[in-house]
Order: sequence, then C-alpha cells, then structure tokens
Amino acid sequence: MAQALALPAVEQVWSWLDAVPDPEIPVISVVDLGIVRDVAWLDDTCVVTITPTYSGCPAMTLIREQIEAALATHGVNSVRVETRLAPAWTTDWMTPRGKANLTGYGIAPPAQQVVDISGISRKSSPALVVACPHCGSHQTRLVSQFGSTACKALYRCGDCREPFDYFKAH
Amino acid sequence: MDNHKLEYLLRLGDSTLVLGQRLSEWCGRGPALEEDIALTNVALDLIGQTRLWLGYAAELEGAGRTADQFAFLRDAHQFRNLLLAEQPNGSYADTLARQFLFDTWHYFVLEGLQRSTDARIVEIAAKSLKEVTYHVRRSADLVVRLGDGTEESHRRMQDAFDDLWMYTGELFEADAAEAALVQQGVIPDPATLATQWQRHVVEVLEEATLRVPADQWAQSGGRHGRHTEHLGFLLAEMQFLQRAYPGAQW
Repeated sequence: MAQALALPAVEQVWSWLDAVPDPEIPVISVVDLGIVRDVAWLDDTCVVTITPTYSGCPAMTLIREQIEAALATHGVNSVRVETRLAPAWTTDWMTPRGKANLTGYGIAPPAQQVVDISGISRKSSPALVVACPHCGSHQTRLVSQFGSTACKALYRCGDCREPFDYFKAH
Repeated sequence: MDNHKLEYLLRLGDSTLVLGQRLSEWCGRGPALEEDIALTNVALDLIGQTRLWLGYAAELEGAGRTADQFAFLRDAHQFRNLLLAEQPNGSYADTLARQFLFDTWHYFVLEGLQRSTDARIVEIAAKSLKEVTYHVRRSADLVVRLGDGTEESHRRMQDAFDDLWMYTGELFEADAAEAALVQQGVIPDPATLATQWQRHVVEVLEEATLRVPADQWAQSGGRHGRHTEHLGFLLAEMQFLQRAYPGAQW
C-alpha cells in the first residue's frame, strides 16, 4: 500500500488562513481579527474552529466559504469549519498588525482592551479618547454608537473635520 | 424541569425576535442616516441572539424542530414574548422609550444569566451581554438628549414613557416556571432584576428631566401567549414567505 501523503503542518495552515481577508474589512485577515480559534487535523480532515464577532454577524457564512476555498487552493480539500461560541470573541484577540492595518485603512482601532460590561450607570462611564486615524488628533467626538457595521461606531475629528469609523472594543 | 427551561428560552428568544423585527421596520425610514443604521444594527444583534436562544430551545425540545421553524411556523398564541417588544414603532420617541426600557431589562437579565447553572445559557448570555451593553448605552444617551432637549422632544418622550409604562410590570412577573428555575439557579430572581432596572431607569429619566410614571397598574399576558392585537400583523409580515412557500430555502 502506498504511503499516504504527509499532511501540511498546522502552522502552514495558519499561514494560509492568514491570507483570508475579512469580507467587510479586507485589510485585515481572519487570523488578525482573532476569529480563528483553532486548527487541527482529525485524520485527514482539517478542522478549523472559528468564533463569531457578533452573534448576528452576517459574514460568518461567507467567511466559512472563503476558508474552505483558500485551503482548497493549497490542496486541502477535506475541511470542516466549526463554530465555537465560548469564550466570546473579544477585540483583545486582534493582532498588533491587524490594529495597525485598520489605522492605515482609516478605521481607528479599539481604544480599550475589552468592552466594560460591569455596569451601565452613566455617572461612572468616562468618555473614551479615540485618536483620529487620519491626522492623529485626540479632539474627536462620538457621532453614533453604530457605524457602517455593528462592530464599528461613527466618530468625527474636530481638527481635520473628517468623519471616521471606530472599531469598538468588544 | 426542562419544560420550564424550554418555556423560559422561548420567552427570551421570542422577545429578542419580535423586537428585532420591529426595529427592522425602521430600515430605510430612520429620521437620520445614523439612526437608521443604529436601529438596524441593534435589530441584527437581537436576531442573531434569537438564533442562539431558539436554537437551544429546539435542542431541548428534541422534536427535530429548528430555530427557523420556531420563528416562522408558530402562531401568535404560541409566542412567549414580552408585550413591550411587540408594541408598534409609533413616533421616534415611542421607539426610543421602548428600546431604553427593554435594553435596561435585557442588560440585567443577561448579566444575571452569566451565573446560571446551565453552561449553555452562560455562553449565550456572555456573548449577548457585550452587544447589549452598547444597546443600552445608546438608548440611555438618546433618552437624555431628547428628554432634556426642546420643549417638543421633552413632551414626546414623556408621553412615550407614560404610554409604555403599563407594559413594564410584565418584565418582572414571576410564575411557577420561573420560580422553579430561580430555585435551581438557572435564572436570576425577577425581584432582584426589578430593583436593578428601577434604579437605572430612575437615574436616566431624572437626568433627562423626565417624570417617572407613577401608575402601578400592569398589563400582562405576553409570556403566556395572550398578546396585544399588534403581534398578529407583525407575524403576518415576518412569516409571509414561509407560509406562502412552505420550506422555501435560499
């Protein structure tokens, strides 16, 4: 019996996944975004575990298809993409490179590690300082808690006057 | 008792579904682009959470039904949502008051469910809580801006809270099913939730220069399948496709 072909190393699969862009913010990969949680081989099936950013994220199906397509171009045809809910995704899992790419794209990266869920009293919630991704100014103002997607808020810069998206801490 | 748990999951999932559908009615009609986007993003979060709650309900039921079948193939008397969630959008003040009252309740419910003895409920609650924290911050902010705004915006916000207040008693009703779940540590005690909710609502309404409605009379029935006349129309629109083309997929 012929010897089975060696399966690509898990590290290799991770680097292939790192070339799969997020469908809504194409400058950041699904790995940079922190939604790929695990890669493992189960016999000759590559099991990729992902977690949704938001529970209603409409891009999850597309992301799953893109992961399958990307691995297929490298000859990995038996792929299973699994979804895991816990622990819940956090922007703290975004890579430093991912955050830098966001800024270069005109989206301010999260200014906090995670969203503070410990309370909702308005008396104890300090205003967030978000740097303008265009000019770096800190004179920015929240326009709306929700921007072009659920994961972003809309801000405006008081210095360069440009509106911009802010990737909310989550 | 798993029947109690199933009932509770329907109450949660139906409430997020019906309010998500209501908010979707604003799509393309918001008073400002930012508001249109915010309302539909909140709707998306709520419908995403619905899929998780009703998906778990379907598993517990074990009858081969899916979350979609729960959403699209039940009639009004089988829905267990809060009456507050099904109230019509009305004016923008009505929509915002409804949202703020709901969001505050939703936040404290999820916060309590994080300590549930049911691991699956903990997972879904932890995921949803992050989203709902943004919902409630936004709705509180707008209640303050409009309540403490112009004479007209103040009057409209006050009228909206006065009109909706009778639907808030139901948020904290405890029946035998919920009492049993509280006993088992599956869900937080409604009496505790009522205190937390009241504190935040009073704090925000005071900042908004609005009067907390004093009327204690409460309408109830939604969680037992007795709904206002509005739910049937909402379902007629939401369920049309599956009713007209049973089993259609795309």
